[in-house]
Amino acid sequence: MSTTENKNTNSTESWGGFDDNPIQGGGSAVIDMENMDDTSGSSFEDMGDMHQRMKEEEEVSEEAAATEEGDDGEFLGMKGVKGQLSRQVADEVWQAGKRQASKAFNLYANIDILRPYFDVEPIQVRNRLLESLIPVRIINFPQKIAGELYGPLMLVFTLVAILLHGMKTSGTVIREGTLMGTAIGTCFGYWIGVSSFIYFLAYLCNAQITMLQMLSLLGYGLFGHCVVLFVTYSVHFHSLFYILWLVIGGLSTLRMVAALISRTVGHTPRLILCGTVATLHMLFLLYLHFAYHKIVEGILDTLEGPNVPPIQRVARDIPEVSVALVNATVKMIGITLQSH
Amino acid sequence: MAEVDEASKPLLRDLKAVGKKFGHVMYPKKSTTLLRDWDLWGPLLLCVTLALMLQGGSADSKEDGGPQFAEVFVIIWFGSVIITLNSKLLGGTISFFQSLCVLGYCILPLTVAMIVCRLVLLGGTGTASFIVRFIVVVASFGWSTFASTAFLADSQPPNRKALVVYPVFLFYFVISWMIVTFSPSHSDGTTDTGP
Repeated sequence: MSTTENKNTNSTESWGGFDDNPIQGGGSAVIDMENMDDTSGSSFEDMGDMHQRMKEEEEVSEEAAATEEGDDGEFLGMKGVKGQLSRQVADEVWQAGKRQASKAFNLYANIDILRPYFDVEPIQVRNRLLESLIPVRIINFPQKIAGELYGPLMLVFTLVAILLHGMKTSGTVIREGTLMGTAIGTCFGYWIGVSSFIYFLAYLCNAQITMLQMLSLLGYGLFGHCVVLFVTYSVHFHSLFYILWLVIGGLSTLRMVAALISRTVGHTPRLILCGTVATLHMLFLLYLHFAYHKIVEGILDTLEGPNVPPIQRVARDIPEVSVALVNATVKMIGITLQSH
Repeated sequence: MAEVDEASKPLLRDLKAVGKKFGHVMYPKKSTTLLRDWDLWGPLLLCVTLALMLQGGSADSKEDGGPQFAEVFVIIWFGSVIITLNSKLLGGTISFFQSLCVLGYCILPLTVAMIVCRLVLLGGTGTASFIVRFIVVVASFGWSTFASTAFLADSQPPNRKALVVYPVFLFYFVISWMIVTFSPSHSDGTTDTGP
């Protein structure tokens, strides 16, 4: 294999094909295309085979051209060379195409760009999670914000999982779309969308914060949301939700606000930036609780009537309850109408 | 007949390889077979089976279905890609397709649990059946997570194993959640009248 490869490169160099900078190996792209000829995986054997066959054909045709040239003079010699040339062209096109594709892939799928943001230890992640609920009162001096993406990404996925659990137990009906799609879209949309918006505002207000830090700050702020939603989707006390919303939501908001204030000068910019962050953060938690949980409250209210103390509300198996409920309600409405 | 025999040889070889890997998943020991000869046929088979069995679940009204085929498919492959990227970014030495292969094969216990759940649901949808299904799914969720970490965690630096295990845990948790909450639809679309 190596001898044929050498032969190939020699003939390539003499012909001067589509050579641009050959890729120095060892790029850590997602899929390493230099190893495509390695047949340890069963799926790529045919590509390696095809390449091998083309090289062998080339060898054979080269030998044939060499013997024929001596025998039959110009005419057959020309034909042999032409056949060899066309094969060489085809091989060159294949090589060049593969090189271009590899380069493009290495450029766009190169995850080395993101590697430094994932360089964390578990203990650091745990500390940052806990610190996201503890506001720091230094505001004359820019606070240190860790620029890391592992924690926020995992928190977004955890939030998605919690939302799914909440949506399913509350029997949410999504008309166009799916539960999974809605949950993922909501969480990722909030994280990336609101981060971008606040970063834009920070740019307008001359705050010293980078996009990465903003993503990280907002992402870790979602830890409070995860905790609150996890508790309140399991235990359905209305007032408990409001208390947790204020306390835990408030703490994580204060943390973000303090970090932003410490990096902005001027009263008005600070007010704009922090007001926006606080509003969006708290409203998002309210939205998550009510949009996907309202149905439980509605069903429980209609079922038991308003004079039952809230302590007796527990989660039930919703599908059977709601079916029985609909029938009971229809009957009640029918009876009421009849009596009038 | 000779041509049919010839044509079926690679098929049998691949099927045998897939079957051997199923065995490795069910009894996870520290072997490198799954990693060395990776292939994506097994994961594809499992994914399609799971998606087909999750099809046709119902909720309260007719507009919402259970998870659709495409949804399950996308979740499994998208989730596997994310976990692979994550483990590579954390400095793992495993390659992209090897990781996809491992994660796909470790869905096998959950697929078996789905089959068991379907059978249990044939007997009724009461509380007892829910408890049985819940226990079966939790057990197979633990099995899947354990099996995949046995293969994946070796490729990580030792102090970062928890960082890789957590997304795997979440991924199998979401799939288990879809299996546990699956309830078959009524064939005629009518609901039984009141208590």
